[in-house]
Amino acid sequence: MQKINREVLLEKAVALLESNTVSCVLGWRAGEFDYDVTPFVFTDAADLKANFVWNDFCGANFSKYLVAKTRKHEGKILVFLKPCDTYSFNQLLTEHRFDRERVYVVGVPCEGMADINRVKSIAGDGISKIEFEADAMAVSTLYEDAPIRVSYADALSERCKNCKSKKHVAYDELLGDAGDVIDSNRFDEVEALEKMTPDERFAFWQKELSRCIRCNACRDACPACTCEKCVFDNPASSLENKAPANSFEEKMFHIIRAFHVAGRCTDCGECSRVCPQNIPLHLLNRKFIKDINEFYGEYQAGAEVGSRAPLIDYTLGDLEPGEVFDRGDR
Amino acid sequence: MQMKEHKPLIVAFCCNWCSYAGADLAGNNRLNYPADVKIIRVPCSCRVNPMFVLRAFQRGADGVILCGCHPGDCHYTSGNYYTRRRMALLFSMLDYLGIERERTRVEWVSAAEGAKFAATMNDFVETVTALGENKRLEDLRCKK
Repeated sequence: MQKINREVLLEKAVALLESNTVSCVLGWRAGEFDYDVTPFVFTDAADLKANFVWNDFCGANFSKYLVAKTRKHEGKILVFLKPCDTYSFNQLLTEHRFDRERVYVVGVPCEGMADINRVKSIAGDGISKIEFEADAMAVSTLYEDAPIRVSYADALSERCKNCKSKKHVAYDELLGDAGDVIDSNRFDEVEALEKMTPDERFAFWQKELSRCIRCNACRDACPACTCEKCVFDNPASSLENKAPANSFEEKMFHIIRAFHVAGRCTDCGECSRVCPQNIPLHLLNRKFIKDINEFYGEYQAGAEVGSRAPLIDYTLGDLEPGEVFDRGDR
Repeated sequence: MQMKEHKPLIVAFCCNWCSYAGADLAGNNRLNYPADVKIIRVPCSCRVNPMFVLRAFQRGADGVILCGCHPGDCHYTSGNYYTRRRMALLFSMLDYLGIERERTRVEWVSAAEGAKFAATMNDFVETVTALGENKRLEDLRCKK
């Protein structure tokens, strides 16, 4: 359950829209079901009042939307950003992807977002209605008479379990209290993988990546992937948007995808959230983040605007590629 | 049927200013290194995109080695410093995916180090031969 409810956000949005501080509102609109809320640009206050939604399924990171929306719409855009979204927001500003003056950021505290797959694994398929109560969701399905109660902790998505920060690093206005950076265990899974033998690691990734259908959702949702022209869209590259024909292509795509955002990835977890095959793609990105922290010093992309990404920087005493493997017992 | 002995294919990306000249010097000095090494000349070691390395493996390479100027000696001042960071991360990632870490290497070879070039190649070919064929990053469509 989110601390700040829909009414507070709506009131803020309507006030800003009606006072002409902003010309449109980037928010969520109800989808066909209670859980498939859809990002939407509201320009009309009446439409906003009728259709604006804010609940535990509003997980999308809106910072990337601003790149396209600031070009499309005149005036200021109101955007609601969760703490993890503000890191991506800063990173995009660092890369000059949009004009800060064109955006009005309202920081929304986040209690962690729900993953519909986890809800389904408890309540089953055929979800017809979800009601958000104080301590749990009441999930009505077609097959059960009484609603099934799913606690928010059980529904919590993977990326929110390892939340790295409740602190908004960029905002014009903050709803609720300011949060703090959290000591998370987000590298635990990476470490567990590192401890495996190469054969086990290979088997693990072969199993995971072979499910890839190359829908490109991970790339399209990633706030760090904002190239106007992507290498994977080049029809002459033989890597274009198509189902991988063999295991090499899957690995190639995912290694390069993760490499292209190395040092710029804020670990927002959008890649894993949007993956229809539930491939733990964040483990690739986190490996790069962990390596960068270990090799070149702690670095959190997006923590501040204008910081220099580790891969466009160097020091004279950097470790040699061969030495990467000489550290400790690895 | 007798199994054909596996001859490894090694791709060496050599920077134009140091390592390529180093390879030349190795030749001039009549130093031997295996013919399994195919040299690709690049303007600077930092021209090597991580995709090049993966591509080489796709097209049948069993090992990829990157040679550039010694850190501090880059013709373009700082190219090899960037390479060093990129390749450190890339190799670590390949290892994370379970690909043998011995198949990739970065070596700094100056234009005066013909002997080092030959010795490096001999050693690398030996290592890769011992590992055998590249199975984990192969593209079956590229197999003849």
